[in-house]
Amino acid sequence: MHSSGAPFWLKAAAIGGLMFMHIPILLIFVYAFTTEDRSYQWPPPGLTLDWFAVTWNRSDVWAALGLSLRVAAISTVIALILGTLCAAAVSRTKFFGRETISLLVILPIALPGIITGISLRSAFNLADIPFSFWTIVLGHATFCVVVVYNNAVARFRRTSGSLVEASMDLGANSFQTFRYVILPNISTALLAGGMLAFALSFDEVIVTTFTAGQQQTLPIWMLEELVRPRQRPVTNVVAMVVVLVTFLPILGAYYLTRGTDTVAGQGK
Amino acid sequence: MADLAVRSASKEASPTWLERVSDAFWRRPGLLLAVLLAPPLLWLGVVYLGSLFALLAHSFFSIDEFSGVIVYEFTLSTYAELFAPAHIDIIVRTVTMAICVTIAAAIIAFPIAYYAARYAKGRWKALFYLGVMLPLWSSYLVKVYSWKLILAREGILNWLFETLHLTWLLEAYLAIPLIGGNSLSVSSTGTFLVFVYVWLPFMILPIQAALERVPVTMLEASSDLGAAPAQTLRHVLLPLALPGIVAGSIFTFSLTLGDYIIPQIVGSSRRFIGQAVYAYQGTAGNIPLAAAFAVIPIIIMAIYLWLAKRKGAFDAL
Repeated sequence: MHSSGAPFWLKAAAIGGLMFMHIPILLIFVYAFTTEDRSYQWPPPGLTLDWFAVTWNRSDVWAALGLSLRVAAISTVIALILGTLCAAAVSRTKFFGRETISLLVILPIALPGIITGISLRSAFNLADIPFSFWTIVLGHATFCVVVVYNNAVARFRRTSGSLVEASMDLGANSFQTFRYVILPNISTALLAGGMLAFALSFDEVIVTTFTAGQQQTLPIWMLEELVRPRQRPVTNVVAMVVVLVTFLPILGAYYLTRGTDTVAGQGK
Repeated sequence: MADLAVRSASKEASPTWLERVSDAFWRRPGLLLAVLLAPPLLWLGVVYLGSLFALLAHSFFSIDEFSGVIVYEFTLSTYAELFAPAHIDIIVRTVTMAICVTIAAAIIAFPIAYYAARYAKGRWKALFYLGVMLPLWSSYLVKVYSWKLILAREGILNWLFETLHLTWLLEAYLAIPLIGGNSLSVSSTGTFLVFVYVWLPFMILPIQAALERVPVTMLEASSDLGAAPAQTLRHVLLPLALPGIVAGSIFTFSLTLGDYIIPQIVGSSRRFIGQAVYAYQGTAGNIPLAAAFAVIPIIIMAIYLWLAKRKGAFDAL
């Protein structure tokens, strides 16, 4: 085996694999402009921008988008607080049951989404909790904690403990130390974690179907269109917008943590 | 600790309550730990573990056949229902699919991961990284939707076969029972393709992480000792990549076991575990049976994780 260049079969398989991952997403962009509105005909008979205007005037799409954004925003805030606290505790000290806590944080995402979904559904049933905005948030925040936790814990490990000691030696109290020493050190990791948590929540559908009742988040709106297609062109446009909206936080998180030993987004 | 004395002496005048709390944290680290841990533990403990417990509890309840109301009394009859032939069928189908998807994903993922770990440098490395990360994080539903477009009767794949005058080949393939069907979008092959596509990035990342740790010198040593590339691959590279492959397979396996949306949108009418869970808790209102069904993936994953741990897969995560 040469150490300089890759063998041809490897290069071909790797690039072929990457294309396999990207072509389907690119197709979505083409379909958003097609003039065909009754089938998924390929190649598209013509191209038009009309569907963007049609989608813009759809109140149900806006309502679903609004709900999704609100759920994602609040879940992200909760996940940021819980994830950071947990990461601070786990990375600062060694204590009994530390491994168990790491496992507990990862569990909601390690087990299939349907388990988290049906579990919450069972719990709401037992406790007689009616479906509401907050039942959706409850589920989302639970599985978003791990994303923030992973990012924060990696950064805490790299932040030297002597910085905190120096700050205390110079007379700062715990809160001042947190505000002026710890926070500036972990802020980009938190921002990256928050963006990923937002993307995760914005896109979540499996758990949400169990916790939303009759409410429609954007993914649930899309799911209904997938099961019973009624407005294909509108769905195409929404799909394209969703791809663009989720790409921004991912690219942002990547640039924020680039160059460190743990780049954001490794675990989902 | 000397600084503590100096510090408290200088502030003896009138410590605000914030400073008093701060001092308490310093004197008793256990207190700080408790304050840090309490909110996340309360949340995860109550919301998540509580829910899992509710799930487990429900699986031991049953449903009254006539009124359709849940009977909150301990019984094993719901679990007994799982052994009905139709249900066994669902379980076997789901596990078979999970195994096939995992193997296919590993085969496609390996070259990508190996190239990215060993040969990609600088810009190419970043490109490969984003190339895996963007599909990983882009919307799950949009990815499934794109395959509905691809596999549709009037879609791009059929068009491709037609342009290449290979429609006869596709039709011959679809005529095969079990994996075929009326068209690709309603066949098990379609479901399989979408599963592989959607979970592929979850397999690439751990394999890449495992391969990054393999020193190039080791591969050179292997070829210096006279091994052909294929032998190096078989006897050096694969064993070292195995923990990564197992780690990736945890994701692909677990995600396939629990998914109910992909087989509902692309696939035949034959059900998977996830669909059974969803259907029983929804229109049927049979939460006990849905809960008992959901326990199956938990048990399978527990066994799988236990085996994976023995293979050392967790070091590659």
